[in-house]
Amino acid sequence: MADKPRGPILMKELIRLNVNGEVREAAIMPYRTLLEALREDLGLTGTKAGCDDGSCGACTVLVNGEPTLSCIMLAFAAEGAQITTIEGLARNGQLDRVQRAFLQEGGMQCGYCTPGMIMAVKALVDKVKDPSDEQIRLAISNNICRCTGYTKIVEAARKAAHMEEFVNADINAPQPTLTI
Amino acid sequence: MSTTEKEGARAGQFSTIGKRIPMIDGVAKVTGAAKYADDLTLPGMLYGKILRSPHAHARIIRIDTSRAEALPGVKAVVTGKDAPTRYGILPLGHDETALAVDKVRYIGQEVAAVAAVSEAIAEQAIDLIDVQYEILPGYFDAEESMKAESDLIHDDKPHNIEREYHHHFGDVEAGFKQAYAIREDRFYAPQVTHAAMEPHSAIASFEPDGKLTLWTSTQTPHYIHRTVAKVLGMPASRVRVIKPFVGGGFGGKSETFSHDICTCLLSRITGRPVKITFTREEVFYAHRGRPAQIVWLKTGVDRDGRITAVECRTIQDGGAFCSYGIVTILYSGALLAAIYDIRNIKYDGYRVLTNKPASGAMRGHGTVNVRYAFESQLEWLADEIGMDPAELRLRNALKPNTRTVNELRVTSYGYPDCIKQVVERSGWQEKRGKLPFGRGIGMAGSHYVSGAANSIIRSKMPHSTVSIKIDLDGGVTVFTGAAEIGQGSDTIQAQIVAEELGVSLDRVRIVAADTDITPVDLGSYSSRVTFMAGNAALDAARDVKQQIFKHAAELLGESPDKLVAKDEKIFARSEPDRSISFQEALMAAIEAGGTLIGKGAYTPPKESQGGHFHGAGVGPGVAYSYSAQVAEVSVDMETGKVKVEKIWVAHDCGRAINPLTVEGQVEGSVWMGLGQAMQEETVFKGGRILNPGLLEYKVPTAIESPEIETIIVESVDPEGPFGAKEAGEGSLAAAIPAITNAIYNAIGVKIHELPVTPERVLEAIARQKRG
Repeated sequence: MADKPRGPILMKELIRLNVNGEVREAAIMPYRTLLEALREDLGLTGTKAGCDDGSCGACTVLVNGEPTLSCIMLAFAAEGAQITTIEGLARNGQLDRVQRAFLQEGGMQCGYCTPGMIMAVKALVDKVKDPSDEQIRLAISNNICRCTGYTKIVEAARKAAHMEEFVNADINAPQPTLTI
Repeated sequence: MSTTEKEGARAGQFSTIGKRIPMIDGVAKVTGAAKYADDLTLPGMLYGKILRSPHAHARIIRIDTSRAEALPGVKAVVTGKDAPTRYGILPLGHDETALAVDKVRYIGQEVAAVAAVSEAIAEQAIDLIDVQYEILPGYFDAEESMKAESDLIHDDKPHNIEREYHHHFGDVEAGFKQAYAIREDRFYAPQVTHAAMEPHSAIASFEPDGKLTLWTSTQTPHYIHRTVAKVLGMPASRVRVIKPFVGGGFGGKSETFSHDICTCLLSRITGRPVKITFTREEVFYAHRGRPAQIVWLKTGVDRDGRITAVECRTIQDGGAFCSYGIVTILYSGALLAAIYDIRNIKYDGYRVLTNKPASGAMRGHGTVNVRYAFESQLEWLADEIGMDPAELRLRNALKPNTRTVNELRVTSYGYPDCIKQVVERSGWQEKRGKLPFGRGIGMAGSHYVSGAANSIIRSKMPHSTVSIKIDLDGGVTVFTGAAEIGQGSDTIQAQIVAEELGVSLDRVRIVAADTDITPVDLGSYSSRVTFMAGNAALDAARDVKQQIFKHAAELLGESPDKLVAKDEKIFARSEPDRSISFQEALMAAIEAGGTLIGKGAYTPPKESQGGHFHGAGVGPGVAYSYSAQVAEVSVDMETGKVKVEKIWVAHDCGRAINPLTVEGQVEGSVWMGLGQAMQEETVFKGGRILNPGLLEYKVPTAIESPEIETIIVESVDPEGPFGAKEAGEGSLAAAIPAITNAIYNAIGVKIHELPVTPERVLEAIARQKRG
């Protein structure tokens, strides 16, 4: 019967997640996905839900530097790991090189796949200095973009690989607004 | 001229137009700061869920919501009787209700909706709603459905035919008599869907003062505004519709959906904000994409390759409701005439109802499947008469500034240049007939309206109105109803205003698609925004510019009509060295009369609005874009697998206001056509979708996607803003036949059915071997 409890009664538990270099706490159900925890419990809505079954890549975040589908990972499985989301890329008012390249090359249109796509490209260019087009296409093959046809995303990734990490390396310099 | 030289020439003429400018809302998108509907949360917000029909065709006998209502945490339950007012996107198609009344017509149709304190409880609650159905026979095949005598899907639609049109222009019989070669073929294209990355989402908030605000992921805030007010029985002035960032549309968010209304109803009852976000499966059942379509086509050409007559009979499987169907079936016929010079055309179009989710508007609306059929036959006919298909296409070109046989007004026409460009860039002459067996090259063309000349709401008001406010801070605020959905609507309007006012783009900010604040624009569909909202923005910029020039003229001791504004300066045309700054003139104007307010509007010219025959209202565009494409493929004869190696596309978009975003639109269109050609199909069993997920539906990934080389052809339209036309749809259709024609060139098999799966290729090879 649908109106009776369907199994053991679960209670919320305290989770501690290291997101974008910050320790965040929340009380969540044990079955909550990392995507739900990020978006709904920690207010990090930059990471997107597109399918809920790991088939579109919009929810990609970095877990210990590896691109990971946060919609099919339990939040508790990410405890103790370094999680990086799209909100954690820009530093001191400077866009990350991957963000800058996507902007300049028109690597996004509607922007919905963009956070996940940027995280996938970030993981690639952090590891591979001069990726081939094949390597780029393979690295983003988990991420569906319905707008661009990928041409400009591949161009953005190629460009990002050859850019300085940040335009201004002096992290103490005041940077009130995001610049490209 | 090369692309670089052209950009050099543009640079001299304009300061902002023609520049590769990153989207002005791009920083928000690359940082995750952009807020889409599902990213929004309001205090006290409830979560809504929709109960959907498990039956394709059934009478509703009884709905019992008592157990759902009794579940702790449930705040409201609504059913069809709570909102029985019928609506639909077309005035002729008001056949929908927010929730089913008396009858369900497709699996997935909305039956009841629940609001609860959590999504989990809302989901549990819809399981507790008890609905008794009496199952009716279902119609799942359009040709079968047309034979129906009883258990009609809608009682007022005999034989389940939503609409049929029969047009005959010129004399096809006489035309076919003049033909040297004639082909008759049957083509089939299955249903495909938009699959925008953002699932539909809406939040409604009813305030105690009786004001309703709806944030919804939509391409058409104005139509939703009208429909919500009508269905909820409220004055439109008490309803505010706000479009947040939208994660792609492609036509799939261009009408009012059940959840738009359900969130409002549930919020009105509970007094709390209510959000409904679709699962991906729900997006597939909401559909409104491209219908499955059968196309019988007969085309004749004479010895010189001139098309002498075209006869087309087509059936579209429209699903259970009208949606945009009447427009879709008319576009299929009308646009046969707007790319080639064809004097004899006969068209019989049937839009048929079936017990499936309603089809609606999808990128290239109505034109795509017929274009696939037509461009395939052209290639085969060229072969039959021994002519280069590029040459055959050029010989049938229209002339600029002509009126077609069905009274469409074609102004700028860059199609021949598009063909010449792709021939040159692809190495067409060097490759054609010289590639090894299994590798081939194919060509096709397509086109699309750059905004429909007639409004679907049959109103004479302007199709777009834009206002501009300039205040003491020097910022130029553009208020526009146009809906940015990722295509660059905000950026293009900002560039147009900056150019006309002669100010830097940094000064311009866009406030868009909020019905309380922004003037009416009909929405982001039929590729109308750059042309129509662009022209309205240009008109508004001229209005404020004249107000500033009045004061600049006094400061310069010149008459206002001699002045020019460029690069933050204002000067007399004859004396560019003696200038004042824009800021100085602006301050003088504000000191004299306070905040500057300007207004502009765009109404399509009467001459563009087409003929007077039955169905003449659809097809007329205020201008048309053109596209020519060449695809190169390789075919594995063992497995039937086709690899698209590369596509070259030349698109005539009038003037490219922003080549970066034009390329993006063109590449996206070509690629979406590639998806339809190669692998996309919504598969049905009865009324149930077998592949309602992104993994199973097979949107192409980066691995299957070829390199696309884009060439921009600028025909400079006489009426477009700075000469611009559309860039977002016209290139989709040609990608499909360019690919199938390349397969024909590679291995000699004709493809009559999409998508081109390895199985279909192997079948075609086997058929060919059998002869």
